[in-house]
Amino acid sequence: MTASSAQHTPSQPPATPDVVAELQARFGADSLTVQDTRSGMPVLWLERTLLLQVLDYLRHLPKPYVMLYDLSALDERLRTQRRGLPAADFSVFYHLLSIERNSDIMLKVALQENDLSLPSATRIWANANWYEREVWDLFGIHFDGHPHLTRIMMPPTWEGHPLRKDYPARATEFDPYSLSAAKQDLEQEALRFKPEDWGMQRHSEYEDFMFLNLGPNHPSAHGAFRIILQLDGEEIVDCVPEIGYHHRGAEKMAERQSWHSFIPYTDRIDYLGGVMNNLPYVLAVEKLAGIKVPDRVDFIRVMLAEFFRISSHLLFLGTYIQDVGAMTPVFFTFTDRQRAYQVIEAITGFRMHPAWYRIGGVAHDLPRGWDKLVQDFVAWLPKRLDEYEKAALQNSILRGRTIGVAAYNTAQALEWGVTGSGLRATGLDFDLRKARPYSGYQQFDFEIPLAVNGDAYDRCIIRVEEMRQSLRIIEQCLKHMPAGPYKADHPLTTPPPKERTLQHIETLITHFLQVSWGPVMPANESLQMIEATKGINSYYLTSDGGTMSYRTRIRTPSFPHLQQIPAVIKGSMVADLIAYLGSIDFVMADVDR
Amino acid sequence: MNWLTPELLAIVLAVLKAVVILLSVVICGALLSWVERRLLGLWQDRYGPNRVGPYGMFQIAADMLKMFFKEDWTPPFADRFIFTLAPVMAMSALLIAFVVVPITPTWGVADLNIGLLFFFAMAGLSVYAVLFAGWASNNKFALLGSLRASAQTVSYEVFMGLALMGVVAQAGSFNLRDIVEYQHQHLWFIIPQFLGFCTFFIAGVAVTHRHPFDQPEAEQELADGYHIEYAGMKWGMFFVGEYIGIVLISALLVTLFFGGWHGPLLPPFAWFALKTGFFIMLFILLRASIPRPRYDQVMSFSWVFCLPLTLLNLLVTGALVLAAAD
Repeated sequence: MTASSAQHTPSQPPATPDVVAELQARFGADSLTVQDTRSGMPVLWLERTLLLQVLDYLRHLPKPYVMLYDLSALDERLRTQRRGLPAADFSVFYHLLSIERNSDIMLKVALQENDLSLPSATRIWANANWYEREVWDLFGIHFDGHPHLTRIMMPPTWEGHPLRKDYPARATEFDPYSLSAAKQDLEQEALRFKPEDWGMQRHSEYEDFMFLNLGPNHPSAHGAFRIILQLDGEEIVDCVPEIGYHHRGAEKMAERQSWHSFIPYTDRIDYLGGVMNNLPYVLAVEKLAGIKVPDRVDFIRVMLAEFFRISSHLLFLGTYIQDVGAMTPVFFTFTDRQRAYQVIEAITGFRMHPAWYRIGGVAHDLPRGWDKLVQDFVAWLPKRLDEYEKAALQNSILRGRTIGVAAYNTAQALEWGVTGSGLRATGLDFDLRKARPYSGYQQFDFEIPLAVNGDAYDRCIIRVEEMRQSLRIIEQCLKHMPAGPYKADHPLTTPPPKERTLQHIETLITHFLQVSWGPVMPANESLQMIEATKGINSYYLTSDGGTMSYRTRIRTPSFPHLQQIPAVIKGSMVADLIAYLGSIDFVMADVDR
Repeated sequence: MNWLTPELLAIVLAVLKAVVILLSVVICGALLSWVERRLLGLWQDRYGPNRVGPYGMFQIAADMLKMFFKEDWTPPFADRFIFTLAPVMAMSALLIAFVVVPITPTWGVADLNIGLLFFFAMAGLSVYAVLFAGWASNNKFALLGSLRASAQTVSYEVFMGLALMGVVAQAGSFNLRDIVEYQHQHLWFIIPQFLGFCTFFIAGVAVTHRHPFDQPEAEQELADGYHIEYAGMKWGMFFVGEYIGIVLISALLVTLFFGGWHGPLLPPFAWFALKTGFFIMLFILLRASIPRPRYDQVMSFSWVFCLPLTLLNLLVTGALVLAAAD
């Protein structure tokens, strides 16, 4: 495929245009520009002045768009394929999600370089707070009316806005790094927590508060996560979570890697999710390319993704029980994870980060004897899960520590953008594998575990049940694994099938270009959400018709989950916070990217 | 050689015995670190230290070498004197309490007629180690840990004393040898004083800050609490102090409720060691098996459950003793 034929491929009209018609009737057809994308949802460009009204309107519609699912920006200045789009140097997008409609809508606002400011949406959705800080930090777009617009990913002393196209992406483009004593002191001082900056009192009428700096190195912080507690005795009056210590700029790297060579980076976003992370990325790329994969590929992908769901949930279970003080179960769950890894290793050749899915398929076919290994694992785990439930989860001390602790209801969960087990623990039946099946999940028979209290205990119980359901899915993969190729027969499948290359020159040249330069994806936008180990994970890809992504937005579930912490934990004890952190099931790589 | 009178010989012998006993307690305490790690390993599907010496028995030697050669670091912001005093107290208070424990009919450091009261006094002192460490470290986590420790000790020492008053009332003595003899003549106290045993055991775990009453350390919450700023041998002394506490509480449980050194066939020392070893294992099993309650739950467990239980036990015992006396 040459560059000229890869320019622009038309896509299907969005599936639910009624909301577009409604908006056009309400705000005037001229004020909204509909963008044709492959993201599977209506994408509307609108004027900055209309933004808050439209957001507010969508929030309060009958069957409202209850969740601000994602908010980020795009540096449009170097984008060449912009047919019919409003002129813009930067654009900010708001991705809203409606549970009742089971559909999404994306709003975009065009901004000019000399006037980079927007009204803040924090009054409509509380979780716009961190997203807007991130956009300010990485793009330098100002949000008027934001309560605390400071850097969130980069250190407070940082200069420049890294996701801008004119910001260098490689260390070699900078001067060599040096750290003098004076600079170190300056950096240290910048990290000092000043309660006044956050509108906190140092003392109440009768007592002084203690400000306790928990993290970035703390046994229960699950990574480099800092949370500053305002304490009255052991009671948490208020707290400020601080992230960014694990920021690696994965979204920036995506703009320098070929579509193919970015796959290993995705493994390391939710580093416990393994190939589960590849899935939304390759599915989004396949949407851009228009690839439909064979059944066998879907089944293999689902099977391995579920293996990683189990492996991640097992780690969650062990560390969760450890966080409430029982030291033993984590060793047993790690034994089980080892069993899972034996299967994963035999199939993919790697353990934690296989990077094994490919655009249009998977890296290899299943090895001989895979079914025996999978069978052994499926037979092994259920008994162990029963044991954990009996020995640890029914223990009265553990129940006393977690039941009723850090509880929130469905409305609060949606308000903060909570997805995954944390959302289902409040009783809302929303699992993408059922609600919006992808990669062939509609072919499997499984159930979605739900709970009602939305507390730390329910979040754990749900995950244990999810492991049992994952085993059911794996068992069905084992029984019904379709025969057929493990790669799609499509010109953009990467690496391309090798068989015909040595027979005619055209195929050989295509093969050579795809392997050396990487495939050229048609200019368009696509988005794929999946039910990942920790909630909904999605990749929003913008292609400008090149061998590299123009912009890769990675929406991870852990980011909003951490943002919610102060709202949930105020008034609880320090020990409750630890149980709560354990029950969220986050990894900092998934937060900071 | 007329200065070598029988009296002097007796004194020298007594001192030698005392030194031997206390040294063995310290060594036992230190060895326990290996025992605990191996047992945890066994219960947790892993090996534990098994490299140094047969079955890793000399691990303690390696650990000692490591700790002795570590920098003896005192943070510049700490209160130097109290910071150093704390680990000394942690190790010595409970070690000194061991003098009242009768090991066999002939072995034992001191035969105090207020033996139990002496133990209470020393157990009361041992909390100062944690308080001092937490305060002198000038660290917020350490401070929270020591606050927890003092609140917990105050709550649990109240009924620890009361739990044993039933034993004292029945035996009619504070002297531990008398208590052992009384059990030999009548019945081991585990049966008539079962409630006292349960509550004293709980209080004993709390006094040694062992899991699930390790609130002052609470690794997951306070990241080691009161000894967070300690390193090297000072930290080691806290550690050995904790194990000495386990040995002491186990030995007391044996002495007070399980007939001390008495038992068929085997020599007295063997029985004493076996019974004590059993309770030491129980301490370790507790750590391996259960989660940690929240700090306020620990406090309410003490005041709402344990204290009324001990009072009830004391009341009934008192009534029975009075009835028997009439």
